[in-house]
Amino acid sequence: MMKDDVILKVENLSKQYRLGLVGTGTISHDLNRFLARIRGKEDPYLKIGESNDRSTKGTSEYVWALKDINFEVKRGEILGIIGKNGAGKSTLLKILSKVTGPTTGAIKSKGRIASLLEVGTGFHPEMTGKENIFLNGAILGMTKKEIASKLDEIIEFSGCERYVETPVKRYSSGMKVRLAFAVAAFLEPDILVVDEVLAVGDAEFQKKAIGKMQDISSQGGRTVLFVSHDMAAIQSLCTRLLVLKNGSVIFHGVTNEGVKNYLRPTFIKSFDPIEIGENIITQFNIQNSTTFKSGSDLLLTVFFKINSPVFNPFFSIVINDSRGIEVLQFHSRGINFSSDFCNDLILDLVVDDFNLHLGDYSIDFKFYDGKSYEFKNIASLKCVELMNFKISTNQYHKLNNSLYYNYNYSVK
Amino acid sequence: MQQKWLFVITPKTKLIDLNLKEVWQYRDLLMLFVKRDVITLYKQTILGPLWYLIQPLFTSVIFTLVFNNVAGIQTGVIPPFLFNLAGITTWNYFKECLTATSDTFKKNEQIFGKVYFPRIIMPMSIVLSNLLKFGIQLLILIAFYLYYALYAGAAIRPSEYLFLFPVLVLCMGMLGLGLGMIISSMVTKYRDLTFLVSFGIQLLMYISLVVIPLSLFQEKGVEWLVMYNPMGYIIEMARFLLLNEGNISQFGIIYTIVSSILALLFGIVIFNKTEKTFIDTI
Repeated sequence: MMKDDVILKVENLSKQYRLGLVGTGTISHDLNRFLARIRGKEDPYLKIGESNDRSTKGTSEYVWALKDINFEVKRGEILGIIGKNGAGKSTLLKILSKVTGPTTGAIKSKGRIASLLEVGTGFHPEMTGKENIFLNGAILGMTKKEIASKLDEIIEFSGCERYVETPVKRYSSGMKVRLAFAVAAFLEPDILVVDEVLAVGDAEFQKKAIGKMQDISSQGGRTVLFVSHDMAAIQSLCTRLLVLKNGSVIFHGVTNEGVKNYLRPTFIKSFDPIEIGENIITQFNIQNSTTFKSGSDLLLTVFFKINSPVFNPFFSIVINDSRGIEVLQFHSRGINFSSDFCNDLILDLVVDDFNLHLGDYSIDFKFYDGKSYEFKNIASLKCVELMNFKISTNQYHKLNNSLYYNYNYSVK
Repeated sequence: MQQKWLFVITPKTKLIDLNLKEVWQYRDLLMLFVKRDVITLYKQTILGPLWYLIQPLFTSVIFTLVFNNVAGIQTGVIPPFLFNLAGITTWNYFKECLTATSDTFKKNEQIFGKVYFPRIIMPMSIVLSNLLKFGIQLLILIAFYLYYALYAGAAIRPSEYLFLFPVLVLCMGMLGLGLGMIISSMVTKYRDLTFLVSFGIQLLMYISLVVIPLSLFQEKGVEWLVMYNPMGYIIEMARFLLLNEGNISQFGIIYTIVSSILALLFGIVIFNKTEKTFIDTI
């Protein structure tokens, strides 16, 4: 029964922003809007506006940061919200936490919403940690009594016991986050909104924070909306997933399904044919069928199209770290492909016990046709575009410094 | 299924949307903000809260020298220094309320952009923490009052209506808060007003009877300069209550009370309209 209880309902929510500077145009628009209102007409500027694609140049001064968003959240759910920069995640959270109002649509809620958008705002640098706990707690909607009763727990959770009587301006940034998150963690709202706050804390604290969010939802029966770029955190924490793109919902459902759909996109939008010796690679694409997670197997699938038969070809998939240094190379030397393959080739790379440190990685795909002297890079996949090329939980620490991976190429 | 929602967020705004229940729920925050304002203002200063006293005293000394000794403005039986101190102390409360509330949105953009709480808490806390400051400054006024009355032998006594003084303070609070909220709301879009406030308040002081008594304005036939300024009446009334000096009229009393209430109501309406989306325009 509890499970079916809808606690938050978002209906046709849209938010329009005006681009550019506030200038003299603003006054005339304000006047037009005012005239329309007193004549009982609709706001003339609501009709125009384009979808919010950051990279393309638009013609309208107005954009829709969010357009017709609809979704429901049930009690006790942890909903992960993901999307690229500018997809509307923060705008959605801002409206949810009443920081700004929607342009159209409505949000209906059965519970108190408290937000943890960017921790430490509202901290006064001159006041001590303890004073700031009270102030920040009150800003988040707690009463003095509530805070006082939880003060010891909050201080303990933050791990800043020694500093509670010291002004916050002397804190390190990590300590500020710890303190702020500790306050919010003991807040008891029905719905907790968390926006990428964990990025600053160290690994130990991140783990603690994620554990706390799980407790809030599983034991407290409370709902958490969690925005993050950290896919591993999303996957381990969230029961459901909402994917935003250019201000619209493109997926809402079970996390695993969303990860499958959203995280296995067609990586390469357009591929310009590449000449290698006498051959031309006309099509190329790469997908990873599993997520990048240390300690599990990695599966990469490469789609490949070449105009004429190649004998004795050679492939190499290279993984580079964020500074561009090669850390792993999986080459196909010694693997016999049937000599007359042509046209469509689907190539699977399976790596057993994949194990890498935390961080962002990129992938290169290299090809050698067996004849010319070129070993050409066909495609580079940057970690920025592929959120899941970031390894963020290293749950598996292999102590041997093995440089050898068991891997296997196979042709379908 | 019948759905009962705790609250609904929509783009629509009611004209007066002051949710007093919500403000009451956040009363602890109000007090904590007051506390914050008071304890952090003079952190890392040597004289600390003494600055509360130094500022009106020095201003009064200078005003006395310039306006009374040099320009020769007469203040009757009241010692000029006390006359000025009473005026400045009262004026300061209004001035601080107005200037501090008038950049509520701009100053708190960071925090307002992150979390929601009834925005009106912020200007209210400013008015309250200034009240504390005003209280301390009144003490120094009383000290000088006693000095003049007991040692210097000045013929001064408070009016029998002195008990009405809190009403006057309330009027000032409402006026400062109301005007401050109106200005702060408009500043979110048009920053021009910040410049106006900073020098406007200086000019306003001269036509608010702080240093020049009403009788002098009447004598010179330029009463119209101060006739429509509620602050002028408030200062004159404050001096009347404290020093039993000055002339107040029925019109002045009613005009002051009505304009204070109107300023506050108007302020609340505009502030409420602004608070919902100001973060997009500021």
